[in-house]
Order: sequence, then structure tokens, then C-alpha cells
Amino acid sequence: MRKVAIYGKGGIGKSTTTQNTVAGLVGLGRKVMVVGCDPKADSTRLLLGGLAQKSVLDTLREEGEDVELDDIRKRGYGGTWCVESGGPEPGVGCAGRGIITSINMLESLGAYEESEELDYAFYDVLGDVVCGGFAMPIRDGKAEEIYIVVSGEMMAMYAANNISKGIMKFAQNGSVRLGGLICNSRAVDNEHEMIDEFAKKLGTKMIHFVPRENDVQRAEINRKTVIEWNPEVPQADVYRNLAKAIDENKDFVIPTPMEIEELESLLMAYGLMQAA
Amino acid sequence: MATATKKKLVNWEPTDVKEELLKIYPPKVARKRAKQILVNEALENETPEIQANVRTIPGIITMRGCTYAGCKGVIMGPTRDIVNLVHGPIGCSFYAWLTRRNQTDAGPDGENYMTYCFSTDMQDSDIIFGGEKKLAKAIQEAYDLFHPKSIAVFATCPVGLIGDDIHTVTKQMKEKFGDCNVYAFSCEGYKGVSQSAGHHIANNQVFRHIVGENDEVKPGKYKINLLGEYNIGGDGFEIDRIFKKCGITNIATFSGNSTYDQFASAHTADLNAVMCHRSINYVADMLETKYGIPWIKVNFIGANATAKSLRKIAEYFGDKKLINTVEKVIAEEMPDVEAVSDEVRTRTAGKTAMMFVGGSRAHHYQELFSEMGMKTISAGYEFAHRDDYEGRHVIPNLKVDADSRNIEEIEVEPDETRFKPRKSDQQMQALEKAGFKFKDYEGLLPDMDTGTLVIDDLNQYEAEKLVELMQPDIFCAGIKEKYSIQKLGVPMKQLHSYDSGGPYAGFKGAVNFYREIDRLVNSKVWSYMKAPWQKNPQLSASYNWE
Repeated sequence: MRKVAIYGKGGIGKSTTTQNTVAGLVGLGRKVMVVGCDPKADSTRLLLGGLAQKSVLDTLREEGEDVELDDIRKRGYGGTWCVESGGPEPGVGCAGRGIITSINMLESLGAYEESEELDYAFYDVLGDVVCGGFAMPIRDGKAEEIYIVVSGEMMAMYAANNISKGIMKFAQNGSVRLGGLICNSRAVDNEHEMIDEFAKKLGTKMIHFVPRENDVQRAEINRKTVIEWNPEVPQADVYRNLAKAIDENKDFVIPTPMEIEELESLLMAYGLMQAA
Repeated sequence: MATATKKKLVNWEPTDVKEELLKIYPPKVARKRAKQILVNEALENETPEIQANVRTIPGIITMRGCTYAGCKGVIMGPTRDIVNLVHGPIGCSFYAWLTRRNQTDAGPDGENYMTYCFSTDMQDSDIIFGGEKKLAKAIQEAYDLFHPKSIAVFATCPVGLIGDDIHTVTKQMKEKFGDCNVYAFSCEGYKGVSQSAGHHIANNQVFRHIVGENDEVKPGKYKINLLGEYNIGGDGFEIDRIFKKCGITNIATFSGNSTYDQFASAHTADLNAVMCHRSINYVADMLETKYGIPWIKVNFIGANATAKSLRKIAEYFGDKKLINTVEKVIAEEMPDVEAVSDEVRTRTAGKTAMMFVGGSRAHHYQELFSEMGMKTISAGYEFAHRDDYEGRHVIPNLKVDADSRNIEEIEVEPDETRFKPRKSDQQMQALEKAGFKFKDYEGLLPDMDTGTLVIDDLNQYEAEKLVELMQPDIFCAGIKEKYSIQKLGVPMKQLHSYDSGGPYAGFKGAVNFYREIDRLVNSKVWSYMKAPWQKNPQLSASYNWE
């Protein structure tokens, strides 16, 4: 089983990209579990057709000791297993601790056992690696390959660089590696070239370029992945290709995060190209 | 390992001892520790400088406690009619419950919550989802069950990490109840360099939320507050007995066997007598600035020190009648004390002691030892600041570092209606001219002999090394040190909790202390630390392949 975590700046489209890619993997015949690590518990909405499911932490809180695997996971599109870690209301408690607790719970309930015959476990993680809890999926033995969703916008690249720092820290003692950058385009000028270059600097590659396309939004309104909503549209192929790229990916590296000055000059170089 | 019977094989020079203590450290650590280890010397116009109240170097097993321990355990722990509710995992409450042997007397009202251990018992899910609702529920429950005058809430480490807004919760509950003062302490264990930060956080909130709440003037002619006395082993009871005999009214003890109302009326007293300078001198300052009550340093540990402190209080009030009563009481009490000290001195004179405890105790207890003819060869504090070693004159020169900035200082102004200087300027000046000292504390160093070792924030390694090198007849510290010291064949007396003894304050306390120390330093048991066969094997043999 490959254990994959998707990171990236808040609002960059991690959940959308993850679920659409998972739908692509299903098309390749892969068996996948998606673990949403966001207190908002909205990482599996498209796979479950909008079905709100009870989060691991809510279940734990209400059921106490008597928790079973089937209490906390639900079948979604194409036989995927969907889990929402859940977490506190905004501004209270500790969401990081929540992620730690729910991943431990999944492990002890056997969600990752061989008998489950999973090909992939995907972690869709909220925002930046701000503290220990949000790093939980990349700690030793949890996620082993990371994809960072990024765009050509400055703050998204800052966040990606920062996440690479987190990966580097854990990679030195563990098995986690960076698998590549997924560019979720914001239609910034020279975006493709810039992210290509950025990926190279980080010691990795841009595994796929996802163009900005309204069909994604249309599918979301229908609570579906693009592939499920309309398998014929070009964007469905984009996600199929991304899924294939991930499925065939063999390049896993310890990233080499950039110094801030270096990152700034990269931005400047491509920004000036645009001005000229 | 040397035992108590095999005494002082080598006569160490204090500078050599210091060097030996530092030998094991890497150069940078040794350099830092060297500033906290001082060979005392009598300088002409100043005291030697020691570093204190700085972070313990990571890796060193310090004797210090945490900020929560200082706030909940030391300052608020001895209050009897305030419900002390710990917001955190259960262990933080349970292990801070009654461990200092603060005694209480429920008094005529019968209110005493000391025997209860209150906690919100935070679980994993409270950490994740936040503990504010559970805290509000716990406060409500405590209120419904006991209807106390006041509920105090203490933050433990996880509460600070997850950011539960305990101050808003307590404020809302206070408004809801109307007849119960509820407030909180942000005393997370990781704040500050030692428990001293916790004392400060506790005292600030007591001053802010309680002092001044009750303006009712209590009967009594000579009204004082006793600050920094925590009634360990019943010390406060003995001091109160003496006050009563002298006709002195103790309005509020901060905080041994104290009540909410005592704190609330503290501003009606006419003098503040400060015992533990470290834990509370700033409260004395605030009471003076806001209400006009002067303060003096006292010490009721040691019979002579007790007599001296009583005379000082009497001199402040300047009333012939009080002065005479105090003299009469001293004359009545001293013969019993002297009879015992004369007796034990035949066995204790010339023996040596070491003390590493508190922020005042390592100073105060030297009085008792010297009354027994014993010498303190090394002493130091766990959490004191430089002024507790060198005297208050260094306060203006104290370096304010990031750690001390982290602990709130309250700005106080004279109270618009209630500020009332207890003595006129002329009266104060006349007293000072006659040698009476207000807000004065000279610290530990001037009272210790030249050549003695003064060590701040002693640690496990240094304690054992020090005992090994200097072979004291008794070592005084806390529970963490007790058994490791005893294993070295040296008797150990806890001066935090008094083991199971006490009181040691005042006149009767002095007698208890003489007897206890006599028993400890003259016990033969320490010479039997090694079994006979460990010293002289009855059989010896060797393996045939040797």
C-alpha cells in the first residue's frame, strides 16, 4: 500500500485535487482510502456525493471505547473508503492533537491492515505544517510520499517551500519523501515554467499541471468529482493523467527547500519576464 | 563512599570545592554555573554578586519546581475556604494536593476545602475540542455543591497550549453567580524559570481580584498582616498563638490557613510583616503604594529571631503597653526554649549543616541551627532572585530579561478613597532615625560566614558531590533530594514539608526543631549504611581460573 499525503496552502484546492485524482485512480482499478485531516471534515464530500459523515473524533467522543471501523469510514465513489478525522470548532481546542488521535485510532482499528487490500491511503491535510499535529501524517510510518499542491501565486509557493522544510526534517529520520508538485493553475503568467523551475530547485518535479477549468466547479456544485459528473470533459482526462502520473511515479526525494531570498529572486525573475 | 562516622578525610578549601563541582561540566556550562556558585566573602561596602533567577541549563536535573507548583501549590494551596479548581489532566491536581503539609483549622464557619482535590480531569477529547465548556461545568458543579465564597481556577500546561480562555469563563461564571468571586491564574507550568513566576502570578491575581473587597474594620488595636507564611506543619498556628498572647491582631496571613475574607480585608491592617521575602515582597510594595501600609521584614524561624521580630512590630506601633506585653511574652517563652537548646547544644555544637531550599528558608533556618551551635557551611535557594542573596539594594540594578518580562508586573496607584498613610512622614523619619528599617532585607550573604559556599539552583549532581566532599552532619532540602542524600549516609531533613514534623516556627517550634535535629545528627543509624559483610566479608574466595 502506498501512503500519500497532500499538502499545500489553504484554499489551493487540495481536497478537490485529491478527490478528483482518487477518482482517476479508481479508474485504474486501484483500491483507495481517503483520510480527511481537516476539522471542517469536507475532504470526502465529492466522493460521498455530499454525504456528511460522522468524523472519527465525534465518534470517539460519543461512543467512548466502543468504536469499530465501520463507525468511522464510509464507502464512496468507486468503492473508495472515506474517513473524516474531524476536529474542534474554529478557535478552540487543538486540531493537531485531533489528527494524531484519529490516525492512531485508524491504525489500531486495523484500517491499514493487509486484509483491507488497499492500494492507496490518501491524507488530505489542512493548510501548512504549522505544528506537530499537522505533521502527523508525514511522521515515520504514516504517509510516505507527499505531493504539494501549488500555484504560481507567491504565497502558495512560500507555503510549498515551508512544507518542504517540514518534509526534510522528518525525511532525515524516516521514510517520508517528496513525490512532486501538483500545479493547480491560477492562470498566472509563466506559471508552468515557474513551477517547473521551482520544483527543480526543491529537488523534485512538477508531476502534473492542472489547468484552471470551470468544469471542476460545475462538478463540485453537483457534489461529484469531474470524472463521475461528466467523464467526457477534457478536465476528466487531466485528472486521469494526474492519477496515472502518481501511479507510475518512482521519483521520491528528500526536498531541498530554498532560502527566502532565493525564492524571492525566482519569483522576481518570472514576474519580470511577465512585465517584459 | 565515606559514611558519617568516617569524617572529613580531606579538608577542602571552598575554592577547591567549587572547582570540583564544575569539573564535570562542558566549558560553556561550567562558565554559566560558576556564576551561580559563590565563595562568600565579607566585602567592605557591598556584597559579592551571584547569578540567580536564570534558566536552568537543559540536561541539569534541577531542584526547582514549575510555575504551576508555585501558584497552585505554594500560594493558593494553603487557602482553606477557596475552592482551588485545577483545569487540566487529573495528575496535575492530585500531585499538587496537600503535599506541602499546609495545615488548616476550619474555624467557627467550618469551611475547609483543603481536604478536597478539585480537577476538570481533562481528557484527550477536551484537548482536541477545547476545555472551556467542561471548565464552566466544573465551576458550576463546585458552586452547586459547596456554595463557596470564591473559586480559583488554575491553568496547567495543556490549557495554555490549546488556548482555553479561562479568564473569560471565570468572569462569566462570576457574573452568573453574583455571590461567588471566580477568577483564574495563567500559571502554566512552563512559564518562567522556576516556581517563583507562579508565586508572582498567584499574588497578582489575589491582589487584583480579592484584596480590598471587604472594607469592614475588624476589632483589634495592633493590626498586621503576615505575608509569606504558609503554615507548613502548623508554623502559622504557633505564630498566631504568640501574636494573640501579645495582643497583636493578625488580619490576614498570606496564605497559611487563610480565608477569602482575610485577603479581602488585608488593606485594613496597619503593618505588613513579611516572612518569605521572595514569594511576596511585591505584594507588600503594592499594599503600601495603594493603601499606605508600610512593611517590614520579619522572621519567626528561630527563637531569637522570633523575639527580635516581635520587638520590631511593637516598636513600629510604639505603644508602651504593647512593648511591655511583648517583653513579658518573650520572658515567659524563652526559658523553656533555652532549657532545650542548652541541653541539645552539648550534642549538636560544632556540627555542620547544608540547606538548599526555597527563596527564604535557606536563610531563615540558619537562625535555628546557630541557636544549636551548628554551622551552615553551604546554602542556597532554588528560586530566589539576586536581592534575596545580596539584599534589596541591588534591585535597581537587576537585569530584566525575557523570562522576567514574561511575568506580569501590576502597576499600582494610591487608592482614591482608601489610601491612608499609617504613619506621618515625621513619625516614619523618627523611627528610621532610631535605626528602624522599613522595606529592608539584606539577604542571605551578609549572614553567612566568610568562606562558606552559596550556590543558586543546586542540582542533583552537585548536591551529591557537595555532600561527598564536605560531609555535612545534616542536609536540608525537599523530597526529590531526600533519599539520594540519605543513601550517602547523611541525615536529610525536608524543609519544604518538614517530613512529618513541625511546627518549627516561633518558640514552641524552635523546641521541636532542636529535638528533631538532635535526633537526626546524633543517630547511629547512618554509620550502618553498609551491611557488615559489605565492609568485612566473612568468606572470600576466587574463581579457579583467575
